[in-house]
Amino acid sequence: MSKFKKKGNNELPAISTASLPDIVFMLLFFFMVATVMRDNSLKIKNNLPSAKEVEKLDKKNLVMFIYAGAPSDAYKNAGDEPRIQLNDKFADVKDIAAFIAAERATKREEEIPLLTTALKVDKETNMGLVSDIEQELRKVNALKLNYTTKKGSALK
Amino acid sequence: MAKRSAPEVNAGSMADIAFLLLIFFLVTTTIEVDSGINSKLPPDIPPPDVKIKQKNIFTVEISKDNQLLVEENLMKMKDLKAAAIAFIDNGGGQGDAACSYCRGAKDPASSDNPTKAIVSIQNKRGTSYETFITAYDQLASAYSELRNRLAQQLYNRSFDEMDKSYNDTKSSEFKSEKLKAKIDNIKDKYPRIISKAEPK
Repeated sequence: MSKFKKKGNNELPAISTASLPDIVFMLLFFFMVATVMRDNSLKIKNNLPSAKEVEKLDKKNLVMFIYAGAPSDAYKNAGDEPRIQLNDKFADVKDIAAFIAAERATKREEEIPLLTTALKVDKETNMGLVSDIEQELRKVNALKLNYTTKKGSALK
Repeated sequence: MAKRSAPEVNAGSMADIAFLLLIFFLVTTTIEVDSGINSKLPPDIPPPDVKIKQKNIFTVEISKDNQLLVEENLMKMKDLKAAAIAFIDNGGGQGDAACSYCRGAKDPASSDNPTKAIVSIQNKRGTSYETFITAYDQLASAYSELRNRLAQQLYNRSFDEMDKSYNDTKSSEFKSEKLKAKIDNIKDKYPRIISKAEPK
């Protein structure tokens, strides 16, 4: 029986946990850096179409976003028809003028002509809604427009 | 059997490794930038009464069933770019309107000059946004192909590359006046005139 007798002082040494905080901090920093900050939570489906002739939309602070598309599954009570979303709320076409005015009020005067409106429209939307938005933008003289798309070949 | 406990691994350098990784990811990750097709809306004033010759207008209609009707003929999406290039680059004008750099068919029934040629895109309310963007993209890409070709001919480099080095902070030609003049010259010769008619 002595063969199986427990020998003293033969346990595995404890793994040093001194570096755990480092690993945790590393992960924290990585996700901090890699996360895209989204200012608006989307209430609509937003599957953008693809195009090849795209230009980058730099100067983020000079861009106003208008989203449009059919309400996503969580917001089915808003109907099936494509809707416009401004900031965090569903909106009507007539709300666009007020939205543009509010955006302009936060910018300096010399920046106003440089403001671009980015249309993030779901590809299933029909052009009627897009045209309504464009007419509304023309009325408030927000003429610089960007159809935000994914990069890729448009031809299938 | 020697009774030995496993030696403790030195963890002192773990922090260095972690920082190395952190710095690596910091440097390599890029935050996604939105991109899209730029366009300009016409101001909300009644259009001036200018007579445009019908032959200088290239009409692209998109029906509510997403079919293309180019100059009244049914067309597939993949042929749109070639048709647009043939129209823009036709250069059928005489005298003042003549185009010295066009390589088109010089058909008198098509556009006079790229500076006069207007591409008009007309859609119905029921047209899908995706089809519209595809058509718009094809037309824009027709212009950029012509610009690239002219840039290659005049300056021996592509227009895209010129535009890139103009906007690249690392390039020796960043915001250079000379390059700007060249880019503007090409933009003047092939101006991107895509008009969007109100849907009916």
